[in-house]
Parts: sequence; C-alpha cells; structure tokens
Amino acid sequence: MSVAESRLSSDEPADLEDIEIDLLLEAVYRRYGFDFRNYARASLRRRLSRRRDLEGIATISGLLERLLHDPDCMERLLLDLSINVTAMFRDPGFYLAFRERVVPVLRTYPFLRIWNAGCSTGEETYSLAVLLAEEGLLDRTRIYATDINQSVLARARDGVFPLEKMREYTENYLAAGGTRAFSEYYVAAYDGVRFDPALVANVVFAQHNLVADRSFNEFQVVICRNVLIYFDKTLQDRVHRLFHDSLSRFGILVLGQKESVSFTPHEHDYQALDDAHRIYRKVARPTPHGGR
Amino acid sequence: MACAIVVVGSSWGGVTALARLLNGLPRDLGAPVVVAQHRRDSESMLARLLSRQTGWMVREAEDKVRMNPGTAYLAPAGYHLMVERSGHLALSTEAPVRFARPSIDVLFESAAAAYRSGVVGVVLTGTNDDGASGLAAIVARGGRAVVEDPATAERPAMPLAALATGIAATVLPLEEIGPHVGALCGPEAIPA
Repeated sequence: MSVAESRLSSDEPADLEDIEIDLLLEAVYRRYGFDFRNYARASLRRRLSRRRDLEGIATISGLLERLLHDPDCMERLLLDLSINVTAMFRDPGFYLAFRERVVPVLRTYPFLRIWNAGCSTGEETYSLAVLLAEEGLLDRTRIYATDINQSVLARARDGVFPLEKMREYTENYLAAGGTRAFSEYYVAAYDGVRFDPALVANVVFAQHNLVADRSFNEFQVVICRNVLIYFDKTLQDRVHRLFHDSLSRFGILVLGQKESVSFTPHEHDYQALDDAHRIYRKVARPTPHGGR
Repeated sequence: MACAIVVVGSSWGGVTALARLLNGLPRDLGAPVVVAQHRRDSESMLARLLSRQTGWMVREAEDKVRMNPGTAYLAPAGYHLMVERSGHLALSTEAPVRFARPSIDVLFESAAAAYRSGVVGVVLTGTNDDGASGLAAIVARGGRAVVEDPATAERPAMPLAALATGIAATVLPLEEIGPHVGALCGPEAIPA
C-alpha cells in the first residue's frame, strides 16, 4: 500500500459528530425499524445535518432526542432520506439504448413484470410507461414501482409534476427517441401537469424496503438507477443478491450511469447488453466456481 | 495531519483553469485530486480532454471507486460528488444546491468531514459563490485553503466570495497554485 493510500485511510479517532450519527442511526433502527446503518456516510451526514438545521437544533444528538420522542420528526427525516431529485427521461441516451437493446428482448415475452426499485416520486416510472406504450408493450406489462417511503409513493401515484419542468422533460423525451408530442401524455392541472392515469393502470405502487425486505416476485427487468449509490458496499452487495434472486433467467438489470455490477459478488452473473448505459443481462455463471 | 486529499472547485472559465492547474501539479502527487466543475450534461468528454491536455490520469467519478494518489476525479454532470473516509468516492442525486449539481460546497464539506486537517481546498475562477462555505468548513476543521488570485482569475466572483468569508487562505495566481499544492502534499512515497 502506498503512503498516500494509507494517508487516505488513516484512522484518526472518530470525531464527535460521527459518534452522534452512529447513536442516532442505532436509535432510529430500534425505535422505528428503519435501518440506515449501512447507508453511505457522506450523503447521510448531509441529510442529517440539513434536518438538524431545519428543526432548529444545534447538534445531531439533539436531533436524536427529538426523533426518539416525536414520530412526526421521524416522518420528516424519512422524507429527507428518500427524496432524490431526478427528471423524466434523465439520461436520454439510456432510454434510447433501452428501446434499441432491451425492447426487442421484451417483445419475445407474452407477459412482462418489471420492478422499478426505489422509484421515489415516479419520474422514472412514468418515463418507462411512456416508452413501453410507444413500443406497444405497456398492455402486457405490470410494473412494480417500489420505495421505502409511503408519501413519495403517494406523489408518484398522483402523477402530477411541475409545469416548469415540462420544457426540460420534453427535450429529454425527444432525445430519448420519443415518437409523439410529449404534451399528448399530460393535461394541465391546477398544481402542475397531470399525466394520463392510463399510463399507470398496470403499475403497482408499493412500499418495499431494499434493506430489509425480501424478493416478492420474479421479474424480466429490474431497474434501479441511482439508488445503490446511497448504500455502503456491504448493503450494496446484499441488494445485488436480492436483484439477482428476483430476476428471471436471462433477466435484465439496469443501474444508474455511474453504477456498475463490477466488484460486486454478482459481477460474473451478468453480461453487458449495453455497457455505456449500464444495461446487464443475467447469464448462467460459468461452472468452475459453482453456484452459491 | 499530512495532506490526504486535494479538492478543487471551479465554474465559469474552469475547464481552461483546471488544465493549467493540473499542468502545474507534480504528476507524482501523494494525494488524489477531486474536482467539482460546474458543467452541463453535454460535457461528458471533459475527463478525456483534460487528460490529453495535461498528461494527468483524469477520470469521471463513478460510485464507490477507490481514490488513488496522482489521479484526478471529476464530478459527473447531474450528480453531487463526495468523498468517504474509507477512501472511496460517493455520488448523490440530492437536490441541486443553489442551482448547482455538482456543487462545490457539497464536495468540500464532505472532504472536511472525512479528512479534516488532511484537506487542501482550492477555489478557482467562477461567477457565483459556490465553494465559499465549503472552503470555510475545510479551514474550520484544520485543513488548508488556496484561492486563485481574483486579480488574474478569468472570473473573479468565486475567488472573491471565498475570501469574503474571512478565512485564512493562500492567494496565488493560477500558475503558482500547482507547485504550492505540490509542496503542501509532497510526492507519493515509493512503497517499501
């Protein structure tokens, strides 16, 4: 190991805030059953600090006290920890690749189950539904859109998105290979635009906790983009096992543009359908290592 | 604590400035260089461009990649980039911070929390005040601050905002920042 690497991993004594965060996570787990102990620390620290400031509290241990005694505060923290800001057709190149590489595979199935894991407020789920509708696959597809948080799921179910985002989303949609006018999919609502409920008629929005819950079905496609980035390596590995167990033979796994199956225990269980867009296909593992 | 990591923030004019900064940094630097440059989605070639212009190993950051000394990591467009104490990079799609994602403050604050006095923070050219509070967080934890001289920066607003926080910072023209940071961090030691 080089000196610089050891500089990076040198063990200074834990600072006070680290101790406070550890205690808070332990308390939240024991009091409410939500286990954030294996979340990636940097982002967690940011979100906890933000909640601490919004609550007008000076320290993380002060926040810990409020969390223990005030379930409403836990609701607010849970929302902080589950909201990520995405866009419809984020990374248009990915959706284009999905049309070109994945859709032909999906056409070979009479019925499809897709798991959109960590769907947050639903931008990705609606984008996917639009794409499948245009490819003539939506009618025979059931999408399971899951998130840890009930209130973001309720928002996803409503399908209302801010009007001022539509220009950006329309550009994304066109770059993603959209074949119609994007405005055909929504109508103006008093609080934004409401997407056609027919798009999500076959979508099951359900609470599922990737940290604690098991596989609940077998899927031809699992889409989980920019969710695993919030987990540490241990938890990532566990969720990768969950996905692997949940995918059908030759099932397709989709990750975020900066995520990868490399360096996970399931690295060799997939081959890249489109490496640049992180689209993988489950394969039989070569036998010398055997199964698990 | 010895310098463990160099974090750099840049915005308007930053691509040119980053190339000049890297050209002045010793190639055998004993610490990784992690960069948040404000950018749009179309600029995914930036890492390759900088690599070609400087001879540095410049990589666009991916989740959980282990940082190596003598390598520069660039925040991808549309993500916040952070560093973990374990020596790994971390990405996030939390909301933009004052319209920026990547945000310089987010990177700097994560470095300050993870590496405390081992951080060297560098603020370069830009037209906003991103990086100012992050640099203050670095100094508050015992790290060191370097700010591009506003008199010679392509856009002085960002360096000026960093200095307006009143922190102790070394102010240098762009050409002198690389050698200065090189002296602070020293070279990578030859493994025994």
